[in-house]
Amino acid sequence: MSKCTFKGGVHPYEGKELSMDKPIVELMPEGDMVYPLSQHIGAPAVPVVAKGDHVLAGQLIAEAGGFVSANIHASVSGTVKAIEPRTLATGGKCNSIVIENDGKYEEVEYVAKKFEDLSRDEIRDRIKAAGIVGMGGAGFPTNVKLTPKNPDEIDYIIVNGCECEPYITSDYRRLLQESDNVVMGLKIALSLFDHAKGIIAIEDNKPEAIKLLREKTENEDNIEVKVMKTKYPQGGERSLIYAATGRSINSSMLPADAGCIVHNVDTIFSIYLAVIEGKPLTKRIVTVTGDGVKNPGNFYVFLGMNYRQLLEAAGGPDGEPEKFISGGPMMGFAMYSLDVPVVKGSSSLLVFKEDIVSKIESSACIRCGRCGAGCPSHLLPAKLAKLASKKDEEGFTKFDGMECVECGSCSYVCPAKRPLTQQIKAMRRTIMANRRKK
Amino acid sequence: MSELFNVSANPHVRSKDTTQTIMRDVLIALAPAAIFGIYNFGLDALLRIVIGIVTCVAAEAIYQYFMHKKVTVGDLSAAVTGLLIAMNVPPTLNVGYEILGCLFGIIIVKQLFGGLGQNFMNPALAARCFLLIAFTSPMTTFMYDGVSSATPLAVLKPGAEPGEATSLLTLFIGSHSGVIGETSAICLIIGACYLLIRKVISIKIPATYIISFALLIFFFAPGHAFDAEYMLKEVCGGGLLLGAFFMATDYVTSPITPMGKIVFGIFLGFLTFIFRMFGGSAEGVSYAIIFSNCLVPLIEKYTVPKSFGKKKVKAAPAK
Ligand code: SF4
Ligand code: SF4
Repeated sequence: MSKCTFKGGVHPYEGKELSMDKPIVELMPEGDMVYPLSQHIGAPAVPVVAKGDHVLAGQLIAEAGGFVSANIHASVSGTVKAIEPRTLATGGKCNSIVIENDGKYEEVEYVAKKFEDLSRDEIRDRIKAAGIVGMGGAGFPTNVKLTPKNPDEIDYIIVNGCECEPYITSDYRRLLQESDNVVMGLKIALSLFDHAKGIIAIEDNKPEAIKLLREKTENEDNIEVKVMKTKYPQGGERSLIYAATGRSINSSMLPADAGCIVHNVDTIFSIYLAVIEGKPLTKRIVTVTGDGVKNPGNFYVFLGMNYRQLLEAAGGPDGEPEKFISGGPMMGFAMYSLDVPVVKGSSSLLVFKEDIVSKIESSACIRCGRCGAGCPSHLLPAKLAKLASKKDEEGFTKFDGMECVECGSCSYVCPAKRPLTQQIKAMRRTIMANRRKK
Repeated sequence: MSELFNVSANPHVRSKDTTQTIMRDVLIALAPAAIFGIYNFGLDALLRIVIGIVTCVAAEAIYQYFMHKKVTVGDLSAAVTGLLIAMNVPPTLNVGYEILGCLFGIIIVKQLFGGLGQNFMNPALAARCFLLIAFTSPMTTFMYDGVSSATPLAVLKPGAEPGEATSLLTLFIGSHSGVIGETSAICLIIGACYLLIRKVISIKIPATYIISFALLIFFFAPGHAFDAEYMLKEVCGGGLLLGAFFMATDYVTSPITPMGKIVFGIFLGFLTFIFRMFGGSAEGVSYAIIFSNCLVPLIEKYTVPKSFGKKKVKAAPAK
């Protein structure tokens, strides 16, 4: 069977074998829980509890602060200790609700419903109430994605099971262990549209998941499992849409403009939980892996938990690791402190014994063209980086620098080890800031 | 465990390939042809290969040292240039001339333009052209088995004195006169395959170069149109294979854009055809490549790839 793919991309060391066969383990939290008010793009959520309030697990503690915003719920029961700025995994600070866990895990009563009994509006409302956002990291509110301007033009809902970032295996475990609920989540999403078809996209390095999902969707006429070539960034939204449907979008378009909606695996699972079981988003799967931890694994984690506890859960550091990354090695954030909470978009904690990036020296560009060949946006990264270093905004925009998806492929392949992505990213930030000023 | 960890921008991993591993691969790929050169021409060839490499590496190191730059001979690019220069001279060339050529290539063409990545002409080819112009006779006089002998290509040249034609098989194996590294088609092809498999070079430039040249010869060679054997001899004899696989593909001096590589290759084929058929000398590859090197910025300017998802007319205005 032919495999779907896109032009460009790179093949970094996958590292999945460290954790792919480790079943999901549930972690009980210790210490204070921290809920940043910005776990999504758009306006921060607005607290609806005050210091000293007692809250139950699953209780709404902050309300969406606008259209593109999302509710936040407590994941444990306890007392609100403070609402104060806390450091995030990305390094910035964000106002956060801090809850002292009373260890009782008293829950609010969840209202379960049958799928058949729900209208489209009720489904959307339940998804919205549950505070679900894109859990691959982008953090776009899911109900907004599922409410496009022209619902009739949505042809495909794609479940992104590629997990193209090396090392991470959380989506893979979810697919294997909760395949029924993932399929159910997709069916719910499909029911919102008149003629949308479901595609579950999985890379060919996960044959077990492909086989299982094929079995589970055997009798579903409008759901298809598509096999994607293993290549980074296959799971990037634009690359994925192209590989799965042959349609292409650029930076000024939304997937919906090409008739597509893309959801991460964990997001689809959360849709199931919210709509059927009535449960808000309070937990997620996090992979803790890398050569710097003793026992890599996949953990079912309460949102708000401290990253330090993740590290302990994986057997603690192996030696003195030099680098801690939230997310994957290609697009994740290097963390300077582990004292940060798990949020909706935290897919993994990656620990490296050695920080290779700080040790390599960059040398002259030899114009080998590998950066361009690996670029999923078909740009000329070497040229863009040069323009960026000259601060030539006009040239940078002319060479489509704003089409860059910051995937990191160019820096990864460069034999001269030039910091291409870094330079291009910095320039993009400057240009975006200038545009906003205007 | 310290409390503040290293931070850096993504990505946090890097591929294992470096400039040095790439240059090492090029040296490995050139080895079969170089070794055949030594077998074919004896110690004369070995001496010139050693001198070429040593002179280039030393010249680069000394220059960088005295200019207070970082000494980068470890990237092996100077070694590649040295080997290529040696493979591009006759085994009988005065060693002093060869050293002069190496100095010209490394110091003037490469370092004065800013070092690796900045030179717009291939240093090895520039050196060869320099030697061809400065020392025409020693550079174009070939001995084989102790007797002076015309290269197979000179015999093939339209209007040339009829000489003893070399058989296709001999051309393929390489036991005939010529410069040190160009004679054996089979060794060059083995090396080229290695580079292709290791993904060091893309097939685009050599394929378009060789095919366009071969087609032109097949259809338009004066007096030999539609002569397949003549065409194959033109392809295997002379410096075409060495040039197409090892010098036209030089990253620094060839287009970086995928479309540009194709344009570049076709243009090379065309120029080589003109130079070989109508020019003053039998050989034309070096001049064709050097000439095309100068056009690279222009070619790149018109072959910028279309970015992903970009429509001809902008689909939606940027927000
Ligand atoms: S990959 Fe690196 S060395 Fe190669 S062209 Fe791009 S920037 Fe230059
Ligand atoms: S980071 Fe940007 S320029 Fe570099 S490969 Fe990815 S999309 Fe292309």
